Amino acid sequence: MAAILSIRDLRKTYDGGFQALKGVSLDIAEGEILALLGPNGAGKTTLISTICGITTATSGSVSVGGFDNVSQFRQARALIGLVPQEITLEPFTKVLDTVTFSRGLFGKPASPALVEDVLRKLSLWEKRDSRIMDLSGGMKRRVLIAKALAHEPRILFLDEPTAGVDVELRKDMWEIVRELKADGVTIILTTHYIEEAEAIADRVGVITGGELLLVEEKEQLMARMGQKQLEVQLTAPVEAIPEALSQHNLQIVNGGGALLYTYDARAERTGITTLLNDVAQAGLVLADVQTRESSLEDIFVGLVSGGPAAKDAAAGDAA
Amino acid sequence: MNWTAVATIYKAEMARFWRTFLQSFISPVLSTSLYFVVFGSAIGSRIQEVDGVEYGAFIVPGLVMLSVITQSISNASFGIYFPKFIGNIYEILSAPINFLEVVAGFVGAAATKSLFIGTVILCTASLFVDLSVQHPLAMVAFLVLTCLSFSLMGFIIGIWAGNFEQLQLVPLLVVTPLVFLGGSFYSISMLPPVWQTITLFNPVVYLVSGFRWAFFGQADVPVLLSLCAIGGFTLACVGVIWWIFKTGWRIRA
Repeated sequence: MAAILSIRDLRKTYDGGFQALKGVSLDIAEGEILALLGPNGAGKTTLISTICGITTATSGSVSVGGFDNVSQFRQARALIGLVPQEITLEPFTKVLDTVTFSRGLFGKPASPALVEDVLRKLSLWEKRDSRIMDLSGGMKRRVLIAKALAHEPRILFLDEPTAGVDVELRKDMWEIVRELKADGVTIILTTHYIEEAEAIADRVGVITGGELLLVEEKEQLMARMGQKQLEVQLTAPVEAIPEALSQHNLQIVNGGGALLYTYDARAERTGITTLLNDVAQAGLVLADVQTRESSLEDIFVGLVSGGPAAKDAAAGDAA
Repeated sequence: MNWTAVATIYKAEMARFWRTFLQSFISPVLSTSLYFVVFGSAIGSRIQEVDGVEYGAFIVPGLVMLSVITQSISNASFGIYFPKFIGNIYEILSAPINFLEVVAGFVGAAATKSLFIGTVILCTASLFVDLSVQHPLAMVAFLVLTCLSFSLMGFIIGIWAGNFEQLQLVPLLVVTPLVFLGGSFYSISMLPPVWQTITLFNPVVYLVSGFRWAFFGQADVPVLLSLCAIGGFTLACVGVIWWIFKTGWRIRA
């Protein structure tokens, strides 16, 4: 699918000398959900702010729907909706007024029907005459989304949309994101909740220290970098790993009641058959076996804290 | 020009004016009425005519200017500072609009508010004193230009200010003294010669003088000079705002 957003060697150095972006390049396909994962201070918000025109890039270029975001800022920005991380709403205005304002600000003619549709989708229609200050935190976040959608953007940036919200609301947000994708909106969300990326993203980008370590299909990433674990539960606990099993690099878990074997699920030989044979040879009796995949969180932690080796590994396959 | 965006900002700013009607409107009208009661009626009755004009009427142009200047600055500075303070300026910065459109919306609304207040003060004044306007067109031109130029200045202050204290700093420490010492309550010909010369460095003198000329046909400085001064000040403010948006000073990192 064609790229609706192309970022090339984007760099941002703040006045104090801090390098927030160190040459980020990225293509985002129309209609996809990309999750940008990264710890606090990784450069996620700077990246979004630079694309949207809130921050000026030191060098590099951004093309939105084929329009340069500086020389053709009107066409480029018209395609973008931004939901900021902080709840930044004027407390005394009414929901309907502030959403209508956002549409007008983007130069779109008034459309009460469209604004009503957006508010209904976000379960805000009943609250349309409420003042922002009277809304709950979750409702305020919905208002921010409604404002960003009021001018019918083709790309929606969600900067930490569920930071500090409860689990129920987080799941509501994910549902909203899925519905927006179904409507054809391209979504780029930043998060440091791995669960969020795992639940809704098509692709995952990992950013840290102003560098994009990788961007990859979520499933591929998990398959490529994910490890599987086999837990061999025993009928009788062991105190130490028997000599016959020493070659398998096992861990004793559950107080000796189980042995944990970590393997590469993509490898030609996983070593499971040999392990199970050796377990039997060692005179241990199996009670049960379980396998589990490593989560995106494990991969993320490995990448971000893994130093140069992890970066090299990521770079080898980065999109 | 993205006129829809300009109108949107303008309407939102005007809505704030109506939301805070007491603070925005009644307060300046009340304080100006008090000036008329104290300076015009109580003290003014003991002051002889100034340049052939009854003192109560003489101070009207100066009082209107005082209100219009302070209101323009406070409306425009608050208008742009508030989104900066609460953070929703992101919406303006990420919208497909240029600096002229942003300024037209915010400054247009601030100037409209102060123009409205100035007009109401003039009407209030006519209840206290007999007012005649010899040059109505010039009067309107001076009033509109003053509203516009000081709203532009207020916009700059709003962008510059890093907190609410700084927002008040320039109006309190610079503008109010300049307006009070700018011949609002006296003719500069009443001052000793040295002070007359010093006063000419006060830009407000040119505004009050020109505005007073529109009413009474008498001015402390030539009217054309007054017009040039206000025109030059307006252009200077536009230049500073253009530079602010070009460099992103205090608004765009």
